[in-house]
Amino acid sequence: MKFGIVVSEGPYQHQASDSAYNFVKAALAKGHEVSRVFFYHDGVNVGTRLSIPPQDDRQIQEQWTKLGKEHDLDLVICIAAAQRRGLLDENEAKRQGKNADNIAEGFRISGLGQLIEMGIQADRTITFGD
Amino acid sequence: MSEVKKFLYVNRKAPYGTIYAQESLEVVLIGAAFDQDVSLAFLDDGVFQLTKGQDTKEIGLKNFSATYRALGDYEVTKLYVEKESLTERGLTLDDLQNIEYEDEDDDYAEKPSIRLVSRAEMADVMADQDVVLSF
Repeated sequence: MKFGIVVSEGPYQHQASDSAYNFVKAALAKGHEVSRVFFYHDGVNVGTRLSIPPQDDRQIQEQWTKLGKEHDLDLVICIAAAQRRGLLDENEAKRQGKNADNIAEGFRISGLGQLIEMGIQADRTITFGD
Repeated sequence: MSEVKKFLYVNRKAPYGTIYAQESLEVVLIGAAFDQDVSLAFLDDGVFQLTKGQDTKEIGLKNFSATYRALGDYEVTKLYVEKESLTERGLTLDDLQNIEYEDEDDDYAEKPSIRLVSRAEMADVMADQDVVLSF
């Protein structure tokens, strides 16, 4: 089975990104494919490398980066949602004249078309949100 | 990508208290370029998204309610509204905007996009979809 995943709530504030992470891990362990994880609404905040959660808590961004690297996952942050919320990659920071970027390793910023394309290509699209 | 799938965008939140409605519309408008079979569902507080006479001046937010009337131009012509959700909020069809589309198969006759359905019928609409995105 080929899964497409939507994460539509922010990390720590909401369990959605944790549940999505656990689902993706379990699906991959069972031999399924995860074609893309699309972060939308406040879900885009998962992809900042500047979050510093307490050490005894789970490291949500690092978990995703690590899982992404292990399984070559396509972790996509919606550009429209990201721009509103201050998530920038190096190119976008340059283009917008901002003096910093904050996208974590393993994530990429792209458009909403990636969400629709994922829905078309995946066998099942699953949303983790409110 | 020649395959056509049935996409349903489910709108459950009031328009301005949170960003869900606005960002849902953004997905719908981008998604229209992909030539899929698109429907929208409005239930729970989501029915408030379609009410007429929205005025956001005093809260400083952009009034995007006119966009729903433009959906027909994007070939988004099926807006399912749940009857029970309207009734529970003291609303009727008359409280909603008049949203129409031009039917190219019927000499471009203007037809209503809003389809009032019961909760049970809404379940059938959902069951009939390939991709359900909930906002």
